[in-house]
Amino acid sequence: MSINDGAGRGQLASGVQGYSSDGRLEHVLRAGHFAITAELAPPDSANPEEVYARARVFDGYVDSMNATDGSGANCHMSSMAMCALLSREGYEAVLQISCRDRNRIAIQGDVLGGAALGIHNMLCLTGDGVQVGDHPEAKPVFDLDSMSLLETVARLRDKHVYASGRKLSDPPRVFLGAAANPFVPPHDFRPLRLAKKIAAGAQFIQTQYCFDLPRFQTFMARSRDLGLLEKCFILPGVGPLASARTADWMRRHIPGVHIPDAIIKRLEGAKDQKAEGRNICIELIQQLREIEGVSGVHVMAHRQESSVAGIIERSGVLGGREPWAPSNSTTRERDYA
Amino acid sequence: MEPDVKRQLLDEAIQALSGRWPTLSRDESPIQLATIGSTVVLPWQEKLVYSVRLWAARHARLFERIYRAFEPVIVKLHPLWKSVGYQRAEKPMAKVEEISKGVLFDCQMCGQCILSSTGMSCPMNCPKSMRNGPCGGVMQNGNCEVHPEMLCVWVEAWEGSQKMKEADAIQVVQLPVDHRLQGSSSWLRVARGASESPVEHQEASQ
Repeated sequence: MSINDGAGRGQLASGVQGYSSDGRLEHVLRAGHFAITAELAPPDSANPEEVYARARVFDGYVDSMNATDGSGANCHMSSMAMCALLSREGYEAVLQISCRDRNRIAIQGDVLGGAALGIHNMLCLTGDGVQVGDHPEAKPVFDLDSMSLLETVARLRDKHVYASGRKLSDPPRVFLGAAANPFVPPHDFRPLRLAKKIAAGAQFIQTQYCFDLPRFQTFMARSRDLGLLEKCFILPGVGPLASARTADWMRRHIPGVHIPDAIIKRLEGAKDQKAEGRNICIELIQQLREIEGVSGVHVMAHRQESSVAGIIERSGVLGGREPWAPSNSTTRERDYA
Repeated sequence: MEPDVKRQLLDEAIQALSGRWPTLSRDESPIQLATIGSTVVLPWQEKLVYSVRLWAARHARLFERIYRAFEPVIVKLHPLWKSVGYQRAEKPMAKVEEISKGVLFDCQMCGQCILSSTGMSCPMNCPKSMRNGPCGGVMQNGNCEVHPEMLCVWVEAWEGSQKMKEADAIQVVQLPVDHRLQGSSSWLRVARGASESPVEHQEASQ
């Protein structure tokens, strides 16, 4: 028998006391399951079928999908629209809100609208600079930063007021997330910044790619000393590397991505580099799972999305649990009926 | 490597990690005119201002002391500001502040100075105006992802803050800026706040 999650049979448990959202992700995490989230690349298209096709490859293996918000400052279908489409099918999605393109008036409106559309999770990000995307001539907004954004959304939800102090009638019930990158300088400040994000309202954290396990362990140990591990769910970022060359290119050209030499060497020495990339990913997931305070993983496998199910399966971290998917929901509900 | 393969690899990697994470410098940054406050400056002046700014953050403890001595003076001058009229004092004071803090800290005159909470490194010099800490795109050498030739404002800030007596001030969550205050004098606001609503001022400074 497969257990879906703490919420029970994939149904939305609305109005559960003590939960800040009605979403499955929060329930899975609070039930103590090892949660899997995955990054969903937005299409350059107005066709909803493209979104569903991209989502389906994760069916039964992920608890929630992050729809990116103009990733890399490149224009794509909006995160809000993707999440709304996904929620129509019953999928659990994480709305990514970046501060690059919208000011506080637009963002707060989106938070209310998103919650009304059935989006349960929101990830508060600062966002990439416009210089790096396909519209470098655009005006960078950055009215808020990730921290003040968290605080603003938490205020909407908990105090039922806008940043202006004006009252809302129905607050958005959302589970609030934030990003962390323990792998770049200033390393000593990173755990304190996590503490700030938690103080500002972060309930779950998704990190940048973790390839440097010792560095992550140090970060987690320091976070534990600061008493942060009981206050939020941490999902380190993982993903399969396609080849040694790609890995080397990534670390040299993508700020924020840190890949140790040992990983590159291991890929270089492998006969099938793509397969080795997946093996590394699986091993990392298993090792991360053993670290105190790790509540799940966030899988970023751009252009390798179809390999995610296999990676999760082989890692064994779901332990027989089958995350909700449209294809397995009816069977399950009937089983329990 | 075949050009096609190379291109595909590049495209793949570009999109791969673009996610919500920092990014690639595919394009050259457009030429930007540097400013001190509202004054446009030449490249050599910009370099000088940048060096002075790094120097100031390295001596954060000194500037913390100076500001601690300076703040009560500004506050005590409240009767003077009042007799002149805060409104009338605003323009000249803002100019004095803009020049002095511009030279020392490359101050951007946000009007809500938090230098003492940011290791004497002005957070408004961050291309993303981050007031609560570094983004995830800081390079391994500590430089900025947007301006790779510049040290990350928050690497500077963290190092500066650790030299200060109030090293913990950097851990306070800063609320969004009030863009109406851009260009106005922080000092006068502090003086007025401390004199006219001392309780609030005390809470704010804690």
